[in-house]
Amino acid sequence: MLRLVAARLGLGIVSLLLVSLAIFAITSLLPGDAAEELLGQYATRETVAGLRAQLGLDLPGHVRYLHWLGGLITGDFGRSLANGVPVAQLIGSRLPNSLMLAAATAAVSVPLALTIGITAAMWRGGAYDRAVSMLTLSVVSVPEFLVATAAVIVFAVHLRWLSALSAATDITSVAQFFRVFALPVFSLCCVIIAQMVRMTRAAIIDQLRAPYVEMAVLKGVGPFRVVLRHALPNAIGPIANAVALSLSYLLGGVIIVETIFNYPGIAKLMVDGVATRDLPVVQACAMIFCAAYLVLVTTADVVAILANPRLRHR
Amino acid sequence: MTKRTDGPLAMLGAADEARVLDAVRRGASRREMLAMLGAGGMAAATAGGILGAAGQAVAQEPRRGGRIRVSGTSTSTSDTLDPAKQSLSTDYARCNMFYNGLTTFDGSLTPQPALAESWEQDRATVWTFKLRRGVTFHDGKPLTSEDVVFSLNRHKDPATASRARSLAMPMQEIVATGPNEVRITLDAPNADLPVVLATFHFHIIKAGTTDFATAIGTGPFLCREFQPGVRSIGVRNPNYWRENKPYLDEVEFIGIPDEQARVNALLSGDVQLIGGVDPRSVRRIQQTQGYSVFETKSGYYTNLIMRLNEAPGNNPDFVLAMKYMFDRAQMRTAILRNYGVIGNDQPIDPTNRFYFPGLPQRPFDLDRARFHFQKSGVGSTTLPVVCSPAAPNSVDMAQVLQQTGQRIGMNLEVRRVPSDGYWSNHWFKHPIGFGSINPRPSADILLTLFFKSDAAWNESAWRNPQFDQLLGAARAETDEAKRRQMYADMQVMIHNESGIGIPVFQSLLDGHSSKLKGLGAIPVGNLMGFDFAQHVWLES
Repeated sequence: MLRLVAARLGLGIVSLLLVSLAIFAITSLLPGDAAEELLGQYATRETVAGLRAQLGLDLPGHVRYLHWLGGLITGDFGRSLANGVPVAQLIGSRLPNSLMLAAATAAVSVPLALTIGITAAMWRGGAYDRAVSMLTLSVVSVPEFLVATAAVIVFAVHLRWLSALSAATDITSVAQFFRVFALPVFSLCCVIIAQMVRMTRAAIIDQLRAPYVEMAVLKGVGPFRVVLRHALPNAIGPIANAVALSLSYLLGGVIIVETIFNYPGIAKLMVDGVATRDLPVVQACAMIFCAAYLVLVTTADVVAILANPRLRHR
Repeated sequence: MTKRTDGPLAMLGAADEARVLDAVRRGASRREMLAMLGAGGMAAATAGGILGAAGQAVAQEPRRGGRIRVSGTSTSTSDTLDPAKQSLSTDYARCNMFYNGLTTFDGSLTPQPALAESWEQDRATVWTFKLRRGVTFHDGKPLTSEDVVFSLNRHKDPATASRARSLAMPMQEIVATGPNEVRITLDAPNADLPVVLATFHFHIIKAGTTDFATAIGTGPFLCREFQPGVRSIGVRNPNYWRENKPYLDEVEFIGIPDEQARVNALLSGDVQLIGGVDPRSVRRIQQTQGYSVFETKSGYYTNLIMRLNEAPGNNPDFVLAMKYMFDRAQMRTAILRNYGVIGNDQPIDPTNRFYFPGLPQRPFDLDRARFHFQKSGVGSTTLPVVCSPAAPNSVDMAQVLQQTGQRIGMNLEVRRVPSDGYWSNHWFKHPIGFGSINPRPSADILLTLFFKSDAAWNESAWRNPQFDQLLGAARAETDEAKRRQMYADMQVMIHNESGIGIPVFQSLLDGHSSKLKGLGAIPVGNLMGFDFAQHVWLES
C-alpha cells in the first residue's frame, strides 16, 4: 500500500515538473520580452540589451528555465515587473485571503453536501429526494455571478444585514468574520454543493444496489446502519474525488466572486498580472494553482486507496 | 509680464477671501459686496461666484472629522505612488491625497496657485515660480526650490520612464534661482505652462526620492497604508498648508472595477463615494434614501469619425449630410438620460474657458441632409459604420444614425466590433467609425493631440495649414482675450471642415452618501477632478 501511495505522490511531482515546463514555454512564447515591456516606448537597442543582461534574459532558454525552477524550489519567485515588489511578497499578501475563503467555503459546503447527498440516497425516489434533485439541478444551472449579485442586492442593499464588499483586511472579531464572509461563501457554496450532492447521492445509490447491501438488509440491519456502516465506506473513493474536483474550483474559478465582492485574493492577482504583462506574477500564480490542484487530486487518490480494503492490504 | 496672486476662490488673496466670505456670512448685501470688491479692484463678474460659494458656506459650515471609504473604477498591482508613473484615474485620486503640484485646476480648468504662490513670465518662454513659504513635507522637511527642480527634472530622464516625458522635454532648463524660486526656460513659447504643471504627473516630491513604497509629499493626507491592488489609507495631515483643510480624519481609497458592484457597495453603506456611475444607474441611486448623484459637466465625448482621405468622406457634401443627420436632442435624452450637453461638432465644451459660444448650433435637419446626400452622389451603396462598446454609447449612436439615414435613403450598416483591441485595430482605421476622447486639461493639448495636421491621432485625416499656424500662435499668446479669439476661430474651422461629428458632451457622474458634502465640479475628471479628498466633509 505504501508503495502505491508513494507512486501516486511521485506521479504528482512529475506532473508538476511537466506543468512548470509548459507554463514557462507558453509565457516565453508571448510577443515582446520583459525588457521591452519595462522600457516601453523609451526602448533603444542599447538600453534593451543592458536591461536584458541585468534581468538575465540574454541567456539561452533552458538555462533560464533551470534558473527559474531553482528559484521556485528555494521559494524565490523573482520580482514583479509592474511595481518591483518581490512576487513572493505579493502572493504572500493574497494567498492567505484565498485560502481563508476556500477553507470557510469547504467547511460549510462539504458537511452540508454530504449530509444532503446521503439522506437523498437513503430516501431515494421520495418527495425529499425529488426536491433535492430539482433544487440542485436548478442551482447548478444558475451562474454564480447572478447568485452573488442577487444575494448582494437582497442581503446587503435592501436588508443591510451584510457587507457588499469583503475586505479581508478588516477582520478583528468573529461577528466581523461572518459579516465579511457570509455572502462570498454563500455564492460559492451554491455552485459546489450542488455538484457534490449529486455525486454523493449517485455513489451511494450505486452501492445500495449491490448484493451485499441486500444481504445486510435481509439480516435485519436498520436503514441508517446500512448506509453509514456498509454502503458509505465503499463509496468514499468516488465521493472523495467529487469533493476534490469541486474544491479545486475554489482555487482558480473564484475570480468572478472575487471581482463582485472586491476580495483581494490570488485569482484577482493573476488576472491583474495578465493585464499588465507581469509574467513573473502570472507564472508564479499558475504554478500555485496547478500545485494546489495536484495536491487535491492526489489527496483524493490516496484517500480512495486507503478506503479500499483490497488496495489497503496489498 | 503678467502676475497671478494667491487664492482658491478666483483671484482673491487668502486674506481678502476670508474677509469677503466673513462679510457675506454676517449678511453683507450684493451691493455692499460690489463696493468691497471695487475697493479691492476686483471685477464685478467675480462677485456672483463668491456670493454663490459663500451662500453655501452660510447654510452649512464644513465639519471636521470622520472617516470615509471611496471607490474608484479600477485597481491592480500596477497601482502606484510614483507621480511620474500614474496612468489610471485611480492613480490620480490616490496621488492627489498625498501630493500637491505647483499649480492646480479650478472649475474652468484655469490654473490656480498651489505650492507656487505666484508666477511671472517673459514672452511665455522664461517662467519664474515663487514657492509658498512654510510648506513642509510629511516628514517635517521644509519645501525648497531644490525639491521642485528634482521633481520636474526627473521626467526628462529616460530611466524614470515618466508618462509625462513629452510634456517635460520642452522644459529646456529648470533651475533654482533662490531657496523659494524656480526658473523654467522653455524651448518655445507656451502660455499654458501653468496648466501643464497642474497635471498630476508633475506633483512635487522630496529631492532624491527613489522609493515609492510610501508617499512623502506635501498633500492633505499622510500615507498610512498602501497596498497595490487592495487599498490606500490616508490620515489627516495636521500641518497642511491650506487653512482648515482637510476636513476628514481619514480616507480609505479602493477600486471596484465592476459598475454594478460599485453601486451596490455604495447603496449598502460600505463606501460613501464612488466614481464612474452609468446614467442607467442614476435613478436607482436617487430612489434610495440617503444617496445622491453628483454631475460634473465635462469635455468627455464620443465622436463620429469620417476619414476625409477616402470615400465616402472625401466628398464634403456627404460629411455635411451626416452632421445634419445627428438627432442630438434625442441622443442626449435617450442615450445619456439627459446627463450631457448638446454638442456642435466643436471639440471644446462649455465648461472650458476657451469654449466659443457664438458658433450657431447645427440643427437636426433632414431636408438639408437629404439635399447634401443627393448632391454627394453616394446613392444606395451600403456604408459600414464601425462601433464598439470600447467607445461608450457608440453602438446606440450608430443605431440612431442608421434609422435616421433610412429616412433620406442613406444605407448605413451598423458593424459592431468587440472592445478588445479596438483602439489599436479599429480606431480611425475605417472610412466611418467612432472614437471616444477623455477630457484634456487644456484646449491646446486637446487640439494638438487630435486636430493638428501631423498629429498621430488626427482621427479624420483633416489637414489645414492655417489651423496649425493658429494653434502655434495661440500657444505663444499670453493675452487672454486674443487667445480666446484664436481658439474661437479654430473651433469654427473644425465645426465647418473636419470629419468629426460630436453630437453630445457626456457628463461624469459620481454617487455619494447624502451626508457627504463639499463636492464640486472640476472637469478634468470624476471625483472633483480626482481632488475630492481635501474638499469634502461629513455631516454629523
